[in-house]
Amino acid sequence: MLRHRLRINYQSIRNFDWFMFSIPMVLTLLGIMTIYSATRSVLDTQPSFYVRQSIWLVLSIIALFVSASFDYRKLIGFAYHLYGIGLILLFLTILLGHTGLGAQRWLSIGSVSFQPSEMFRIAIIIVVAKYLSLKRSPLSASPLITLLFLFLLLPFCLLYKQPDLGTAITLVGIVVLMVLVKGVQRRILVSVLLIIIISIPFAGNLLWEGLKEYQRNRLVAFIDPQVDPKGIGYQIEQSKITIGSGKIFGKGYLKGTQGPFRFLPEKHTDFIFSVFSEEWGAVGSVVVISLYLLLIIRGYETAFYAKDEFGTLLSIGISTMFLLYVFINIGMTMGLMPVVGIPLPFFSYGGTALLANFICVGLLINVRMRRFILFY
Amino acid sequence: MIDKKKTITVLVYISMTVFVVFLLRLWQLQILKGNYYRKQSEKNRVRVFKIPAPRGIIFDRHGIPLVKNAPYFIASLIPNLSKEGLDLRGLSKLLDIPVEELSEKIAKHKKHVLEPIRLKEGLNFAQVARIEARRSDFPGLVVETEITREYPYGSTAAHLIGYLSLPTEAQLRKGFFAGTPKGTFVGQWGVEALYDKRLRGIPGKRFIEVDALGRQLRTLKIVPPRKGEDLTLSVDLRTQEAAEKAFKGRAGALLALDPADGEVLALVSLPSFDPNLFVRGMSQKQWNRIRKRPGHPFLNRVFQSQYPPGSIFKIVTAIAGLEEGVITRNFSVDCKGAIHVGRWKFSCWKGQGHGRTALRKAIVESCDVYFYEVGRLLGIDRIAKYANALGLGIAPGVNLSAEKKGLIPTTSWKLRKKGIPWYLGETFNAAIGQGYVSITPAQAALMISAIANGGTVYRPELLKDQPGPEPIAKLSLSPKTLRIIRDALVGVVEDRKGTGWRARSKIVRIAGKTGTAQVIKILGAVRKKLANKYRDHAWFVAYAPADNPSIALSVFVEHGGHGGKTAGPIVKATIEAYMKSSGYHVETPAKN
Repeated sequence: MLRHRLRINYQSIRNFDWFMFSIPMVLTLLGIMTIYSATRSVLDTQPSFYVRQSIWLVLSIIALFVSASFDYRKLIGFAYHLYGIGLILLFLTILLGHTGLGAQRWLSIGSVSFQPSEMFRIAIIIVVAKYLSLKRSPLSASPLITLLFLFLLLPFCLLYKQPDLGTAITLVGIVVLMVLVKGVQRRILVSVLLIIIISIPFAGNLLWEGLKEYQRNRLVAFIDPQVDPKGIGYQIEQSKITIGSGKIFGKGYLKGTQGPFRFLPEKHTDFIFSVFSEEWGAVGSVVVISLYLLLIIRGYETAFYAKDEFGTLLSIGISTMFLLYVFINIGMTMGLMPVVGIPLPFFSYGGTALLANFICVGLLINVRMRRFILFY
Repeated sequence: MIDKKKTITVLVYISMTVFVVFLLRLWQLQILKGNYYRKQSEKNRVRVFKIPAPRGIIFDRHGIPLVKNAPYFIASLIPNLSKEGLDLRGLSKLLDIPVEELSEKIAKHKKHVLEPIRLKEGLNFAQVARIEARRSDFPGLVVETEITREYPYGSTAAHLIGYLSLPTEAQLRKGFFAGTPKGTFVGQWGVEALYDKRLRGIPGKRFIEVDALGRQLRTLKIVPPRKGEDLTLSVDLRTQEAAEKAFKGRAGALLALDPADGEVLALVSLPSFDPNLFVRGMSQKQWNRIRKRPGHPFLNRVFQSQYPPGSIFKIVTAIAGLEEGVITRNFSVDCKGAIHVGRWKFSCWKGQGHGRTALRKAIVESCDVYFYEVGRLLGIDRIAKYANALGLGIAPGVNLSAEKKGLIPTTSWKLRKKGIPWYLGETFNAAIGQGYVSITPAQAALMISAIANGGTVYRPELLKDQPGPEPIAKLSLSPKTLRIIRDALVGVVEDRKGTGWRARSKIVRIAGKTGTAQVIKILGAVRKKLANKYRDHAWFVAYAPADNPSIALSVFVEHGGHGGKTAGPIVKATIEAYMKSSGYHVETPAKN
């Protein structure tokens, strides 16, 4: 029995997808370089963000191998526990967390800040993948209602309260897409669509009322960045200037001015892509975007090869999450999306997010390397 | 089961679409609009700070600087640096400005967040030192420097030199001084205004890399300022000072010219003002108070006040008579103190009369009756012709201030203006420089200068050693006429009975003519008791040395009474000062 297991593991390790591993590695290293450039000290000493990010990278690589090492199907058993822990952490964040930029997103343990919503992404993908894989396709009304209340509304409200609207919306997107992939009975799909269309005006109003001042400004600024270029449209305008000024080949590494001179806010977190694009130009930007595309397609390919439905849904969930994050973040820096505070996976400064993303890649690799294993 | 193939194909297509959208947007931002955004990022990063250019210095003809460049300090606040927690109360105490005024200034600022708000201008050194010492308490507080003027001689020659100040809002609205950098002091008056462009220089630029908070990171490039052109005026400071002093506080005007080329040697308009008051900036209230001061200090009397020339006009009448051949030097009139034309009586200033009077005596003792007769023989139009040829009735064209043209009446002028014909009595009045005739002190100086140089009226020149003096009028005089007139003019000062004896000098022979402009026509006995404002104005035109003139001048004293009495000493003091200043006195005493 023991020998049998070991043999399988050897076989799996041979199937470890180094390509899938190398993409986030390259992206993270580029990210650390860019964090260094964006925060390099000009007049006053900035905390050395790039050093901290490097430390987090080491932890993240370990986490990746750990999350790839065990049979992912074991997660089915832990799914509800993970989800429960995730919810509790979100509660704690609201109760105890400290505030940054008008939002309460961090939990501090000693000197280390931890952002539970980043980890919660994994939990919700796992739990939804598990739940859906146990149901029959196409989904009928009752599992959908369970889903809606348990896995959608509850976390949405908690994130909305923080508020971490970016993450909340992204998570809803991921869950909805996973549900659609699983398949929904036609009549339910039609009626849900009708309900959504009818309720948009009310929901929209409710949402608008619930938004904080800075969130409303961001929406207005997105619709018309020229409204007040020094005020609410400032971020978008500066981000476009940052990207555009890079031209084809960029200003050169460490030659960018928009970030270190602070014209661009959130330069090393949400707007890191702009800083990179300024220094490496269209050429560098295309390379980075291509790496993301490769990672996402590789993730979907993994979903296709996965031996069971849980694996498929897990891979689709994770890949879709990457797709949404990249689309919203880079779209935002390019002025294609309103300013929503979500980081660019692997690139943006932020330890918890990096760790979570590496765990996700680890899970993808996990699913992929076990694709030849026969179920018994 | 899930249809994996179909689902995943759709998802891959969605991903590729996102990829393509990004590529298109990158192409748009970085390639199509790359140059635009590159410029925007440069504009973000690089601020251009002005380095004020030192203004050209104005010297007198002997190289004495009449102005000094001085720094002008402004306490400003860079809004972006001070956004958080500005201690308004402390700042108000430091700058000595009420808190409300301070916060209003900050609130009103609509420009870029890196554009400094000027809080207090014209700081002195002590204030600058205090601000510099406490700057760290007020982030964003800076001391800006501009270059302005100091006028070491104060009100001396203020109408000539002028002053510098910041452009007023009205001037900026009307687009004056377009192209001068913001906050630059500009010439507002006198030579400072007339030659503003030459004096101004070109400000330098300091290109500085700044961050979004406006903190200066490093200097990228410096374009040094170019100093403005120095100007050497023809004015002689020592003569100017002596002339102003000689007025003894009276209001009036004086213009001294070099007859050879029209260079202005002294230009006095009193009362004067202290140009230093303008430099530091003054409130509207302060300005109104100065402007409304009695005596109108902002009137440049040399060019802007016009009065009947009185007896100095007799020079013109005499020349016209001689040149037209209606009189000779021996032509004589028996002055009985008055002349009667019909019902009208025209008096001589000397009630008992001058007796038998020929031309020289008529000029020396200023006999009115003699010139009534000459006027009768000439007619007004012939007098006017000679007056115009001597520069009267035309603007001198110096442009130092608005210029009055005076008035030389003719028969056609009267018909046109008044619709009635010219009367003989009016010719009598005109012949002795009363009635309609009026001239400015500048024109009086031009006239006497033309007599001194043989007949050419040069445009007064403010700068020294300019090529080619510019004639604006010319009178062709026979040498004989010139000799007769000059001889008589020497007599006015040198003869025992000469009306201008108070101008007599021990160091130089002066020639000249006195004049009195009547304010109202009242008999002499009553006149003495009149209040100052009804007293006559005094005129004196003169040149020296009489045989080889190097200075010609006109003196006008408001309400100075008879010309010789108040204006004579001013003529003497001015000419003697100029002779000393130009080194003349060394040779002359030996002669006498």
